Amino acid sequence: MVKHNSAVRFWRTRRGQEQIITAVIFVILCLGGAVIMLPFFWMLSTALKPAEQVYLSPPVWVPIPPQVINFWTALTRVRFHVYALNTAIIVAFVMIGTLLSCSFSAYGFARLKAPGKDLIFMLVLGTLMLPGAVTLVPTYLMFNMIGWVNSFLPLIVPAFFGSAFNIFLLRQFYLALPVELEDAAKIDGASPYRIWWSIMLPLSQPVLATVAVFTFVGTYNDFFTPLIYLSDEDKYTIAVALSYFQGSPRIGPQMHLLMAAVTVSILPPLVLFLAAQRYFVRGIVMSGIKG
Amino acid sequence: MPTPPAADSMMIAETAPAPRPVRRWNREALHAYVFMMPAILGILLFTLGPVIASFFLSFTEYNILTPPKWIGLANYAEMFQEPLFWQAFRVSVIYSVVSVPLSLVLALGLAVLLNHKMRGIMFFRSVYYLPTVISGVGVAMLWRWLFNAEFGIINVLLSNIGIKGPAWLLDAKWALPALIFTSLWGIGGTTLIFLAGLQGIPQELYEAAEIDGADRWSQFRSVTLPLLSNVTFFNLVLGIIGALQVFTDAFVITQGGPNHATLFLAVYLYQHAFLYLNMGYASAIAWFMFLMVLVLTLLVFKSSPLWVFYENERREK
Repeated sequence: MVKHNSAVRFWRTRRGQEQIITAVIFVILCLGGAVIMLPFFWMLSTALKPAEQVYLSPPVWVPIPPQVINFWTALTRVRFHVYALNTAIIVAFVMIGTLLSCSFSAYGFARLKAPGKDLIFMLVLGTLMLPGAVTLVPTYLMFNMIGWVNSFLPLIVPAFFGSAFNIFLLRQFYLALPVELEDAAKIDGASPYRIWWSIMLPLSQPVLATVAVFTFVGTYNDFFTPLIYLSDEDKYTIAVALSYFQGSPRIGPQMHLLMAAVTVSILPPLVLFLAAQRYFVRGIVMSGIKG
Repeated sequence: MPTPPAADSMMIAETAPAPRPVRRWNREALHAYVFMMPAILGILLFTLGPVIASFFLSFTEYNILTPPKWIGLANYAEMFQEPLFWQAFRVSVIYSVVSVPLSLVLALGLAVLLNHKMRGIMFFRSVYYLPTVISGVGVAMLWRWLFNAEFGIINVLLSNIGIKGPAWLLDAKWALPALIFTSLWGIGGTTLIFLAGLQGIPQELYEAAEIDGADRWSQFRSVTLPLLSNVTFFNLVLGIIGALQVFTDAFVITQGGPNHATLFLAVYLYQHAFLYLNMGYASAIAWFMFLMVLVLTLLVFKSSPLWVFYENERREK
């Protein structure tokens, strides 16, 4: 009874209320966090098991000793280096294309005057609403007609023609820059292209970094585009190769090797996220508030 | 762009004595078009052109090997009589109707928690955002293993608390719920957009509400929800567009099965376009999906004056 009373009194004080709420939130976030992390834990645990420990009931939670050789076996059994190189080439070109084309167009939309500019910008934003399914078949047929299917070109070339969301992000950034920055260069007779290249690009590094990390993750994780365009095994990306690395839905054969491969496949975006978190957060904040 | 009147008149005062030659303006417009060219070409080549082409293709029979043959509305007629199409329609609709509102509510709740000022909150934000960065095939394969009927960790945990879990991906009744659950794992992106919105709400409004004697729940209802409604709107539109196009999870985790229980429209379209090479029929499916997204988005837009609250309205009142 006494204990109950003191708890009620504690709740009535403002500081006490804050502390109890903080404690409750902390517990809920920990439980939710455990649910988020559990799949990763199970993945790593399976990846480190010897074959005979994978299908046991009750399960082995932490394999001792961990069988690190699984990673080596999984990666050498398939031609992982080929897929990794293909993925790296595609991701690199898509990033270069996206950064150049989006910042180039965004500068025009933000800083130069031309009739019809706003209408064109609305069209660009409108493409965000369009489901990709509608353009899929004709785009495939077009690339098929010019003989680009089963090459990296259908994956890379579209990146050089801008993408709506990134153009939007960069345009917002350029709009906010003071006009005086350009005026000095204009007086010196610099062309708009020069201003874009030597003033705007260096200034927009933080936004470019944001665009770069999202482009990396999006391209790396993309499955559908490489799936429909790449048919030779030599040209597979990691995502496509991984999807063929599976057995029946009942019991995938050699689940420990599959999980080792999955672990390796998620490393690049994971490392990037840990190293460049603030750029991810910035991109979300910019997209959310202006939405 | 509204400019303050003072700046406006200053500009006029500066430029009025020496009217700019027309050529200069033309040159600027020319430069502007050059800068916009990648975006314009991108729209023509990869959006507008294909949208029009797919409209025409949807009235043809085309298997790539022989030239397209005009068959009028036959693809649509066939589609509406095809039970599998209606199955795919049903799967996509159920998935969207369940997963979009559920993830919005969960993401909003989570964002409120993650907006609380406390030590280590940045760590939690990163943890909840992580699944958004790590998505795709690898994670889809991971989910297959987690949902494994006998040895998957989900059923192991369920059996620990005395529940015999279903066969999930092998059970036509439970495969779609499993995929919905999977989608909820990745609400981190939506959550952080809500979080950014929460941080844009001026703190004074809460203080004013508190002076008026509002408790936390009524503060949430009359300050947070209305001021967050435009962010909710953004998330809802993106959520609908995304949910109607789900492909990777359905393709990798269940291959549309068992017994077509997870045959999403996008998977159905993929099968017709790239397995059976029915490009005309696939285009008809695509246009149907397009109209579905269009109608739903329009409904959301039309309904928005009822529930989306904009800052300038507040000022006017």
